[in-house]
Amino acid sequence: MKIFKTLCVLFIASSIFTSCKNEEKKALAYTDTSEIYIKGTMDAVLTSPPFVPAPIGDRTAKKLIVNMEIIEKEGTMSDGVTYIYWTFGGSVPGSFIRTRVGDLVEFTLSNHPDNKLPHNIDMHAVTGPGGGATSSFVAPGHSKTFSFKTLNPGLYVYHCATAPVGMHIANGMYGLILVEPEGGLPKVDKEYYIMQGDFYTKGDNGAKGLQPFDMTKAVKEDADYVVFNGKVGALTGNKAITANVGETVRLYVGNGGPNLTSSFHVIGEIFDKVHIEGGSLINENVQTTSIPAGGSVIVEFKVEVPGTFIIVDHAIFRAFNKGALAMLKVSGEDNKKLYSGVRQEGIYHPEGGTIQTMPENDQKEMVVNSKEKPLAQKIADGKQLYMTTCFACHQSEGQGIPNAFPPLAKSDYLNADVKRAIGIVLNGKTGEITINGKKYNSVMTKQTLSDSEIADVLTYVYNSWGNNKTNVTVNQVKEAKK
Amino acid sequence: MKTSMRLTVWMLLFFTVYANCQSKMVLIKGGEYIPLYGRDSTKVKVKNFYIDVYPVTNQEFVTFVKKNPNWKRSKTIRLFADSSYLSNWKSDTELNEHQKEKSPITNVSWFAAKNYCENQGKRLPTVDEWEYVAMANKTMPDARTLKNYNKFILSWYEKPKTYNQEIGSTFENYWKVYDLHGLVWEWTSDFNSVLITGESRKDVDTDSDLFCGSAAVNATDLMNYAAFMRYAIRGSLKAKYTMKNLGFRCVKDEK
Repeated sequence: MKIFKTLCVLFIASSIFTSCKNEEKKALAYTDTSEIYIKGTMDAVLTSPPFVPAPIGDRTAKKLIVNMEIIEKEGTMSDGVTYIYWTFGGSVPGSFIRTRVGDLVEFTLSNHPDNKLPHNIDMHAVTGPGGGATSSFVAPGHSKTFSFKTLNPGLYVYHCATAPVGMHIANGMYGLILVEPEGGLPKVDKEYYIMQGDFYTKGDNGAKGLQPFDMTKAVKEDADYVVFNGKVGALTGNKAITANVGETVRLYVGNGGPNLTSSFHVIGEIFDKVHIEGGSLINENVQTTSIPAGGSVIVEFKVEVPGTFIIVDHAIFRAFNKGALAMLKVSGEDNKKLYSGVRQEGIYHPEGGTIQTMPENDQKEMVVNSKEKPLAQKIADGKQLYMTTCFACHQSEGQGIPNAFPPLAKSDYLNADVKRAIGIVLNGKTGEITINGKKYNSVMTKQTLSDSEIADVLTYVYNSWGNNKTNVTVNQVKEAKK
Repeated sequence: MKTSMRLTVWMLLFFTVYANCQSKMVLIKGGEYIPLYGRDSTKVKVKNFYIDVYPVTNQEFVTFVKKNPNWKRSKTIRLFADSSYLSNWKSDTELNEHQKEKSPITNVSWFAAKNYCENQGKRLPTVDEWEYVAMANKTMPDARTLKNYNKFILSWYEKPKTYNQEIGSTFENYWKVYDLHGLVWEWTSDFNSVLITGESRKDVDTDSDLFCGSAAVNATDLMNYAAFMRYAIRGSLKAKYTMKNLGFRCVKDEK
């Protein structure tokens, strides 16, 4: 009886065990990417940053021919600052490689004959010794070919791994290779390629001329430049990346290092999705994501409102003092429901709602020159005053700022009443007024100007931008004070 | 008239070539040194030897090829020199107009360089001989720990097209030898041996010298970084390879 029981237990146990094993096998068969069948051959399209090649879509795994050339060349680091970059494909970061899982990549690395140094490539997407480095070590004027199968989907860094490795990376030898999963990543509207790197130059940040690499600073991790895409301003102004309101943007972001970890952040956006460290795990609603040196991340976000979005390393001195700043320009219609813009500008009065008083300067009254200056002199002096005192709100051409600060140019309100205008400069103004048919409800503080200064600046304003050319006198100002 | 002019020019040329045939050498007094790949216990002995003051020039190599037609570009067996061997020359025996006679010869294989030296009754230097002479600066036989010495070498890596400079355009070192740094890389007889024997770097096996691991083990200071580049370039070579930035000079044993 006992024996029967044990036998029963054993039988059940073993059946459970075997069934478990079977399931495991099935799962294994499904995920074994090394068995993915290869159908056909194609040449890989490589792109320079900030662009990426077309998505793989639903194509089958193929033999993918990749040709990459190493070029050592002089480039611009910043205005008036040049640097000898070592590059994969002529750009920093190097050309973007796009593959899918299961591809057999036949990689040819060519070292330009003018180059001085041997190089190689270590691709983090490679399963094999040195990530390909051992097989791709190539002297100038030569080329090496090796192949590898992409087993794991993800976004991977590649870099040169020739001694001294740090120097090769510090000079710009890094880039990204994307391995898309079967069927490709979900479709998005815009895709871009950004890679951060830190640079070490003999002269400090901003020192002009051709700057050699500084090994000592590199060892101390004391970077002079921290930049996106190899130089200061690679992605700003008219080189900014762009999108339209309502589009989903995907950024493939790498960090070449050699030393610094990036705190990647887009000012005014929240990442809807973050493929953490470029892998398969997805986090949502992220403000700032870490990218280790030699690592990557894929971020996705929908741009809902127009404007310029600043991309930074949020270790913020790097952004504003060392160059780690890029721009995403989003164009389209405002969406006031999501973001209002400036709706109302006020002055904060901790002591209550009266108009704030700037400290009076009694001295000024002493030096008042009661004699009237010539008109031209008044206009010239007034212009200087305007540019220091009034310009910030009323703007250089007196155009003001719509909905916030009223215009002085061709202003009906201004031209209608000189005395009122003097009074506003003397005493400030708050509350709703209508100028050229538009309502403004803002605050202007009382200005600490002497009588003659008020006369000068108002005369300048009245004699500019199509106003009625009133010559405001010191006496008029004095009169208005009473 | 024209022919006689030509003749004189040829005569003159021939004469200078003849005079230069045995290029200037200096005696290097041997000694012991610790190479990059060694540690305190592994001092390497270098015997006395003579070394060429300058790298072999374009002009000298033209003369060699004329005398040894086997080394003409069109005749050379691919096994002994790859397809870029002398590829910048105008023809089998003529330089291109951009190439200066007094610039170092480059785009030559190890086989060609070795044969050139043997033709002169000389040989290629060993890595140790070359490094022993090249660790000198203007005033010291071993300047490897000096910042300036290493900075000069590192800065050369960033200067493009130095192979177009003429010989003697860099500094004369302690041994009165020129151009070991700052002009071109130079072949050595055992260029690959450090990597092949792998006797050296601790904790690593032979072929890992080629990538990250080994570089990280010992090399942190400037000195090693400057020298590493030379070992790296040597390691990347095969004997039939030729490169725009790679020339050579010869040495001779002291009798």
